[in-house]
Amino acid sequence: MNAVFEVAHLSKSFGGLRVNHDVSIAMAAGERLALIGPNGAGKTTFVNLVTGRIPPSAGSVRLAGEDITSLGAVARVRRGLVRTFQVTRLFPDMTPEEHVVMAILQRQGRATRILARFHGDGAASDEAAGILATLSLTAIARRKVAEIAYGQQRLLEIAIAMAQRPKVLLLDEPAAGVPSSDTPLIERALERLPASLAVLMIEHDMDLVFRFAKRVVVLAAGELIFQGLPADVARDDRVREAYLGSYAHAGG
Amino acid sequence: MTRQAPDSAAAARPMRSLGRDSVGVALVAIAGLAGYWLFPDNLSFLTRMISVALLVLSLDLVVGYCGIASLGQAALYGAGAYAAGIACLAGVTEPFLLILIGAAAGGVTGLLMGTIMLRAHGLPQLVLSIAIVQLLHEAANKAYSVTGGSDGLSGMAPAPLFGIFEFDLWGRTAYLFGLALLVIVFVALKLLVRSPFGMVCRGLKQDPLRVSALGISAFPVLLRMFLISGAVAGTGGALGAIATQVVGLDSVSFELSANALVMLVLGGLGNLYGALIGTVVFMAVEHIVAAFNPFHWLTLVGGLLVAIVLFAPRGLSGSIDEAARILMRGKRRTAP
Repeated sequence: MNAVFEVAHLSKSFGGLRVNHDVSIAMAAGERLALIGPNGAGKTTFVNLVTGRIPPSAGSVRLAGEDITSLGAVARVRRGLVRTFQVTRLFPDMTPEEHVVMAILQRQGRATRILARFHGDGAASDEAAGILATLSLTAIARRKVAEIAYGQQRLLEIAIAMAQRPKVLLLDEPAAGVPSSDTPLIERALERLPASLAVLMIEHDMDLVFRFAKRVVVLAAGELIFQGLPADVARDDRVREAYLGSYAHAGG
Repeated sequence: MTRQAPDSAAAARPMRSLGRDSVGVALVAIAGLAGYWLFPDNLSFLTRMISVALLVLSLDLVVGYCGIASLGQAALYGAGAYAAGIACLAGVTEPFLLILIGAAAGGVTGLLMGTIMLRAHGLPQLVLSIAIVQLLHEAANKAYSVTGGSDGLSGMAPAPLFGIFEFDLWGRTAYLFGLALLVIVFVALKLLVRSPFGMVCRGLKQDPLRVSALGISAFPVLLRMFLISGAVAGTGGALGAIATQVVGLDSVSFELSANALVMLVLGGLGNLYGALIGTVVFMAVEHIVAAFNPFHWLTLVGGLLVAIVLFAPRGLSGSIDEAARILMRGKRRTAP
């Protein structure tokens, strides 16, 4: 497999506590992979390691063949490793359009220009309008983010990620906090992600995982305990034990 | 109701904000000229007001737009004032050149201050800003041979403006010169805060993590804002030096820094009009009340500030904004 994204033997310990141990994942372009695991499995630490927010104790991260282990969070984004947040991180006083335009300008290396007008950029606002339309956000494109529904804020996070045109996209619980009636909106948005993009989804909602992912990896107590098809994951003994723990033994 | 075509709406919005900005700038210029006609005997005070307004504008860039609290902004103002004063005494008397020297000195000091302050966050950052202004204050006090120490610098004699207009005893030239500078700086800053750079600064104030997730590094952006803020504050300091022809230790003091922050909060953060309104109201109240009751004027200013914070948390400009919106809404409702 020609991997666009490769995590090899990644480990992280806090003192004596092994939060991630020897985690290896490889993803091909266009792959849809889900990372699941019970609470405390080390998923958040894994995201922080991969995105460069904290340094690993051992192991490496490669993006499109390049070793990015020593790069900081911002440099990784610039190389094409983009994430969304489990709890939305947006600018409350700005509009969805402004968020997307900023992402587009940054992609083009123009986000911090002084001698330019932010709102006068026709090409960028046209592209932003297109992306917002894809995610059905046109009607609220000019409202402040603080005034729009949480489900729409989640969609906006995906819109921003699309505007960044990443090589690899990390979706950190894209449906978290969204009322179940709005989950189909998120699902539809995920279906519209470019086919060539490698997407790694960290998610609790198993229905969403089964519909979205072609392959599932399970993290438990900091270690990968399963890699395979979504259909097989529920039948795996180690996975069942990790999720059900002592209940499984109590039953048996 | 007819739906506007999206492309014409997109074109209309920047035009509308451009129109609003032009009206705002015109209002600033008209208010300044009105001051010239209404208070011909107080022009030197009004010039000082403009000089301090530039300081408060520069503080708004850092506090209001980037969310970095500073109680040391006078370090940048004082750097500009001393640089212009020293240059003038050394024989550089061309007023525009003196302003440029002040702006450059403020800018360089801003870079240094930013480099130090951006290492920290929150309260430690605030303490660093105080430490920097106190250090510069002490340095200016000790370097007697250059700065005149506690006596300050005096006897500056700037050359006539454009070689024609003398800096007269009544301060007419200085005031109009200052007003022109203020309008130019104000227009430049309006463009700055509407630029992509300005939007990223606002983003950094609201959620730095989101900015980094966009692939934008905060440090170079903020450092550039410190440079610009320093240049604006330095311009204010240089104007003060030219207009009053005196530079004292008070220009690089914690007290002036704190007052500037008070004026900014009074007027409203994060919109440039607030900086101007806050400066004018604070200094006018100080001027009038101090003449009226020289012992208790600070009490009155304090009372005013408490009232503003309690009843108009977005500052005076925020309240004006609110009032305008309510009026507009009323008008729209009565329209057929």
